Amino acid sequence: MNEMDNKWIGKNTIRPDGADKVTGRAEYAADTIMPGMIWGKVLRSPHPHATIKSINTKKAEELDGVFSVATSADCIDFPVDTPVILGIQDIRWMARNVLAKEKVLFHGHPIAAVAARTEEIAEKACELIEVEYDVHPWAIDIDDAIKPDAPILHDFIKFDGRPSNIAGTLEHKKGNVEEGFKDADIIIEKEFETAAVHQGYLETHACLVSVSPDDKTTIWSSSQGQFMVRAMTSFITGIPQSSIRAIPAEIGGGFGGKTIVYLEPVATILSKKSGRPVKMVMTREEVMRASGPTSASKSRVKIGATNNGKITAAQGTFYLQAGAFPGAPIRGAAGCCLAPYDIPNAHTFGYDVVSNRSKVAAYRAPGAPIGAYAVECVLDEVAEALKMCPLEFRLKNAAKEGTKAVHGPTYPVMGYVETLEACLSHPHYKAPLKKLQGRGYASGFWFNAGGESSAQVNITEDGNVVVTTGHPDIGGSRASIANITAELLGIDINRVSVIIGDTATIGFSNLTGGSRVLFASALVVTESTNQVIDILKDRASKIWNIDKEAIEWENGEARPAGDNAGKFKPLSLVELAEKATPTGGPIGAGHQVNTVGAEGGFATHICDVEVDVELGIARIIRYTAAQDVGKAIHPAYVEGQLQGGVVQGIGWALNEEYIYNKEGKLDNPGFLDYRIPVCSDLPMIDTILVEVPNPKHPQGVRGVGEVPIVPPLSAIANAIYNAIGTRFYSLPMSPPKVLEKISD
Amino acid sequence: MSEVKFVSPETLEQAVDEYSKSSKEGKTKILAGGTDLLVQIRSGASQPDTIIDIKNIKELKEISNYNGSYTIGAAVAGAVLDEEKDFGNNWPGVLEALRLIGSEQIQGRASLGGNLCNASPAGDSVPALIASGATVNVKGPEGERNMPIESFHAGPGKTNLKNGEIVVNFQFPKKQKHSGDAYIRMIPRTEMDIAVVGCAVNVTIENDKCVDARVALGAVAPTALLVEDASKALIGSNFEKDAVEKAALACEAACNPIDDKRGTVSYRKKVSKVLFKRALEKAIERAKRG
Repeated sequence: MNEMDNKWIGKNTIRPDGADKVTGRAEYAADTIMPGMIWGKVLRSPHPHATIKSINTKKAEELDGVFSVATSADCIDFPVDTPVILGIQDIRWMARNVLAKEKVLFHGHPIAAVAARTEEIAEKACELIEVEYDVHPWAIDIDDAIKPDAPILHDFIKFDGRPSNIAGTLEHKKGNVEEGFKDADIIIEKEFETAAVHQGYLETHACLVSVSPDDKTTIWSSSQGQFMVRAMTSFITGIPQSSIRAIPAEIGGGFGGKTIVYLEPVATILSKKSGRPVKMVMTREEVMRASGPTSASKSRVKIGATNNGKITAAQGTFYLQAGAFPGAPIRGAAGCCLAPYDIPNAHTFGYDVVSNRSKVAAYRAPGAPIGAYAVECVLDEVAEALKMCPLEFRLKNAAKEGTKAVHGPTYPVMGYVETLEACLSHPHYKAPLKKLQGRGYASGFWFNAGGESSAQVNITEDGNVVVTTGHPDIGGSRASIANITAELLGIDINRVSVIIGDTATIGFSNLTGGSRVLFASALVVTESTNQVIDILKDRASKIWNIDKEAIEWENGEARPAGDNAGKFKPLSLVELAEKATPTGGPIGAGHQVNTVGAEGGFATHICDVEVDVELGIARIIRYTAAQDVGKAIHPAYVEGQLQGGVVQGIGWALNEEYIYNKEGKLDNPGFLDYRIPVCSDLPMIDTILVEVPNPKHPQGVRGVGEVPIVPPLSAIANAIYNAIGTRFYSLPMSPPKVLEKISD
Repeated sequence: MSEVKFVSPETLEQAVDEYSKSSKEGKTKILAGGTDLLVQIRSGASQPDTIIDIKNIKELKEISNYNGSYTIGAAVAGAVLDEEKDFGNNWPGVLEALRLIGSEQIQGRASLGGNLCNASPAGDSVPALIASGATVNVKGPEGERNMPIESFHAGPGKTNLKNGEIVVNFQFPKKQKHSGDAYIRMIPRTEMDIAVVGCAVNVTIENDKCVDARVALGAVAPTALLVEDASKALIGSNFEKDAVEKAALACEAACNPIDDKRGTVSYRKKVSKVLFKRALEKAIERAKRG
């Protein structure tokens, strides 16, 4: 497709969900109500670590207004020693995270739930549930969890033959690092730590579930995957997937945090036991205490380079805290951290460490910012020691087409070098800085993903188009799919309507995550639309009585081509839709496939800070993010993804952190003391959309949503060093920490 | 919270009567803007059985100026006081402190009286009120009395109000010629945050000499503090470096903070000095202008 001819792809078309969202009509999960509906509330653990000796729900059940009570005894039993894998999750853990079974493993861990006439009665009933605990010592931080005499969360998890909180490891190896370091003229090795940070979605988890007497179950909820909701609820409750219809609501932010369930299976049990529809809505405090942040981490990175600026070896060790159950994103840290570079000898190693915190959930490029933070900070020190510009140093070692990555693949066409060049030629690179201002640079990578996707493209009787896909739209997939469909059919964008189907109306589609949705759904929508065009040509061939091959589809109409060119008046989509019934019936096509060919995304960021050295405050005063976006189908949305990722990275770098008190409880479970950046904290985040199309995709799409959160942590740390000459090895770089270090 | 008695008296007498009666029997809370109370109720931190809404009492909503001395009703919202241009010219430090509380939406409700009675050591308007020299009029079953702001609080969340007493209004002194006040707080973000340290300074200048000074700190002790040693160091000086440094050290010495999730003891002490100097500079600039 010749780009110059594009009418819709690459245009900032009106967002299909925009009018509903700005007028408040959009329906989020908590907006759904049903006649006879009752309310569910959760009883949560007051201890960070304890064995549950008994649960007595009798008094709660007897309270006036209570309809049903749920505990883990109502769930399917998954033995702790047998994995039950669903995607990247293990249902053994998911079931125990939803309702604790043998043990409570963090303060706020759900133990039981009550459905009652009102939320107040349900809360009161929760207080009447009697739980006997055998309280254990707990481990919150990584050091506490991996020390020799640490309290063990899961007895059957062994490391080095002994019960351990190290639940898993992962490593990537290339060449021989020992030899590589021998070739280095300069070697720098540093240790880093980061705090656990929450995705910070504004919409708290919520659902409404109605189970009929024959177990037909309808779930309205906000998630990143209605099929994920259906599958996990089915596993945990035992109701077959064919009996569960999961309807996706509009989503008020997810960022990875809504790729697992917390409430849906519980509400299903409560509804099944009571015969009433059950609604559950988490408070912000419940979200902060019991839904997944991403890992806290400790890492050590060593990089060697020659005097002429070639990296000879790199080594990284990453400990990521998983929370109560195994599953820290060590692959993101150990796999992405060296991906932008062509390094002959490398070794990365990740440890998955459980501790008495809420189970981590995916968060935008899970693990990758942690790995990149350490590597990109050390690279800055190596470049400084070599007296090289940090961008030129990266350029000299940049991975290119044909480079064998440390994490395995050999890269096809990719645009990392272009992001570096775009930064070097951007005015920001040369803009003057004042006293106490500094500039930092960093790069980042995310794998991106393909996976299962389904689409249905139907022509309406009036000759318009309805496209149904199966992925919740969290980053502009509806607008982008509308652009692509309108482009392929050659019709006005206003004639295309894109909706997200529920689990009963569209084929299986994997969840929205991994920056996979537009890549995958554009593939199946393109295939479906091409099939529709083929049908339309077939209908025209019947009307004109000529071969289908002698017809071309152009500008929204069938035209006779070749020898027949000009012989018949073209037939528009509207005319063909009118004649659909006599020419063969309804016009539509669907496609469902496991999509392959997703290619990684690379970014390079430039960040300017100004440091108030008396108060220890670092303010971001200018920011430019360059990223290989493949092809920007809807540039405003792409730009929004880059800006959003950067802002979350700024929060992670400067102020956000889970703070635990001496009792092992989270001390800042709200947006007052868990400090996400506010608008006035931020400059305009400038973006440079570098377009190196993915050769394995019809429109050249690469995922764009996750890469932008990878570079900011280190770009900011490097900028602060450039401003004041002090390097920080621990996040967040909050004012008390900064002032303490510069006062020393 | 299921059964709550909600009363909305229209006179101060009714309010005092209801408050003194009901607070003997149970847990009664006064509601002005509700920007603290409703949050506390929702979180379960406060579970009142009676709520007395004082927004409909005329005296509590009044702004008056008698011979240059302002009286501001306890329930006057920040956005309302902001429209009283002359008040902002007289007490820019008090106004800027009040206006820092919450978002623009919150400003439609949040009041000086509410901020005072919430008794958070970090309440933004309290140091500014102390520095201004304002006093507070309260009314209770035993009559009316007047208290300096600096002796209003007993500790975090605790006031020296007696049973049944309600804050009626704030009495500001007549603004002196060539005086100026300012309030600055340290927050990790730029807005929507809670003070890690707050500092208010009010100075009066005659012939380049400091003739009067009041310095107050917030969030560095169980209650907001009037730092009298800082005033002493400034009065009589020309704001020369030594005098300012001495006053800054007095601020640091007055701090009795805690380590918590918002800041450490050493951070708060260091920052108190910095904020004092910055607030002083701002106050001097304002004093010189008027």
